[in-house]
Amino acid sequence: MWKTIRRWFDPAESGSVGERPDYRFSLANERTFLAWLRTGLALVGGGLAAAQFLPPLPMSHLREVIAVALLLLGAAVAIRAVDHWARTERAIRLGRELPASRFPAILALAVGAGAVLLVVAVLLRAIGGR
Amino acid sequence: MSSGRDPGLQPERTRLAWRRTLLTVTVVTALAVRLASTGDPTGALIAGVIVLVWGALLVLCWPRGTGTGPARTGGRTLPLATVGTVALALLGVLLVIRGLW
Repeated sequence: MWKTIRRWFDPAESGSVGERPDYRFSLANERTFLAWLRTGLALVGGGLAAAQFLPPLPMSHLREVIAVALLLLGAAVAIRAVDHWARTERAIRLGRELPASRFPAILALAVGAGAVLLVVAVLLRAIGGR
Repeated sequence: MSSGRDPGLQPERTRLAWRRTLLTVTVVTALAVRLASTGDPTGALIAGVIVLVWGALLVLCWPRGTGTGPARTGGRTLPLATVGTVALALLGVLLVIRGLW
């Protein structure tokens, strides 16, 4: 646990791990991290928007549940982003295979499932007439 | 690749990625401050903390998005940007839960 967190802050352990890679690989890894961070920020923004722009929903506290779920998902994406960045940085320095990850697939399934639920909710409303 | 500029413009692309990220942070901050503004002291306090987090991220990440020549890579800026994002998310959760009573 502590070791993992220390590696987020210093994945190369002050240059003692492996060799310094071509800077372009490090920059590409950094941009991937930033793209994930923006994905996380977009989820946080979505949660904040849901909390203040959604009308009160028929189920009590459903709006708050949606908002908190999006906010926590955004935080999880941000933490995963830095973890994956650090592990990739080490792999590049050591000349190893890049770390595999199921996270993008899981996130895609979660977002897809959320979208399907919303489609069902909209259709039910339309059929229920109002 | 002998000398001169990297044909892939990697440092420039990375700087622009940092700028986009800061822009996103700013939009999220605006949404959070709007949610916090309920006209009571606690809301104002939380809004103040949110603005402080935004300012810290701005000071931290701004140098990564500016300048010319070779870009810096890695460093503590990345994990600290994550800490800032998680802080904004948790402050958001606090605001949503606070709104329930």
